[in-house]
Amino acid sequence: MVAKRIIPCLDVRDGRTVKGIHFVGLKDVGDAVELGRKYADEGADELVYLDISASHEGRKTFTELVERIASRINIPFTVGGGISSLDDAARLLGAGADKVSLNSAAVRDPQLIDRIAAKYGNQFVVVAIDAKQIDGVWRATTHGGRQLTDRELFSWAKEAQERGAGEILFTSMDHDGTKNGYPCETYARLTDELSIPVIASGGAGSIQDIAEVLTAGQADAALAASIFHYGEIPIPHLKKELKKMNINVRL
Amino acid sequence: MIAIVDYDTGNLRSVVNALQRVGAEYLLTSDPKTLLEADRVLLPGVGEASTAMARLRERGLDETIRSLTRPVLGICIGMQLMCRHSEEGDAACMGIFPTDVCRFTPDKKKGVKVPHMGWNTLTDLSTPLFNQVEEGAWVYYVHSYAAELCAATIARTENGTCFSAALHTGNFYGTQFHPEKSGSVGEQILKNFLAL
Repeated sequence: MVAKRIIPCLDVRDGRTVKGIHFVGLKDVGDAVELGRKYADEGADELVYLDISASHEGRKTFTELVERIASRINIPFTVGGGISSLDDAARLLGAGADKVSLNSAAVRDPQLIDRIAAKYGNQFVVVAIDAKQIDGVWRATTHGGRQLTDRELFSWAKEAQERGAGEILFTSMDHDGTKNGYPCETYARLTDELSIPVIASGGAGSIQDIAEVLTAGQADAALAASIFHYGEIPIPHLKKELKKMNINVRL
Repeated sequence: MIAIVDYDTGNLRSVVNALQRVGAEYLLTSDPKTLLEADRVLLPGVGEASTAMARLRERGLDETIRSLTRPVLGICIGMQLMCRHSEEGDAACMGIFPTDVCRFTPDKKKGVKVPHMGWNTLTDLSTPLFNQVEEGAWVYYVHSYAAELCAATIARTENGTCFSAALHTGNFYGTQFHPEKSGSVGEQILKNFLAL
């Protein structure tokens, strides 16, 4: 059977990786290509690179970076951040990305999902949803959680799937950066309501947290950043421990 | 020289990058004569089977590929096009491998999702394509259709049911998985193909 995936996420600005706590107070943690290569060699199953450059110049640098990643790294990788048109997706595909991750632009223009999926296939499109609970309802947000939208998590995820998303990457903004674990019941419901894979993101503080979201939460993959970037949980150790818990991981 | 068949089905970049990583010389071509002269031919492919098959036919490449006598490797859709028939777009294919390509059936209880996307294991390996590759080695897949097991199956993978992870008939090989995205195992398989 297909393995549960462990995915380090690298935030990139001007060609270098950074990681913020709650998206503020960024700190440089190294060269994006070399860090990715290190994770691939350690047993990461995929990589996600998020472009957080605000400028046009930064975007251009990111495309060049994607070309270097594609030539150096022998596992699949997803790129995201500021993708708002079919042209953006085409440019990143041409640079060698295996998948693109859509977030705010998909909320603003849901047909973007249809257009990219129709042209390049469902496997190429990941829809990322950053949601937080407001009065008991999971609401999708944009702009790193600062802007609430009128989209509700489950219905939006289902719509994204129907429009052609190949995967859903769900981050709970209530848990992201806290290291207190994932909202497993929410993940279980999401996985149950969808037929496409769900990637859990935001909140992992321990091996146990990751194990829980992959079992009780039924997620297909777990994505994390700081626990890997700061060497708190090395990937080989994490995967060995998950294996001991009878979770199907690639070793 | 390794010829990569360029028949306008999208991204050949990952295959090109993988060949560069293993230090192989290659060219991209849709010219039948160049394919006939090549030492090795790679048939990659992404997209939809009936469209991809139509593009091969438009260029007369289906006939050329069938007539090749040196090692040929089809990857993913490339391998599927070398089978008899694909359910995707009801496509008549090249008929090199004696099997048909069918869609996976999702099964929540068994945890079978479609597309079959991610890492899965290879078993029952045979032929030199898998030299130095262990039983149970992990490779990367992205597909919704798969070739049924047959006499030409040289590796199998399970996703609800078992399917042909790789096929072999004469000088023709095919992998459903993506060796170019399968880490060091994939690189070994590409090296093995180049050494056939």
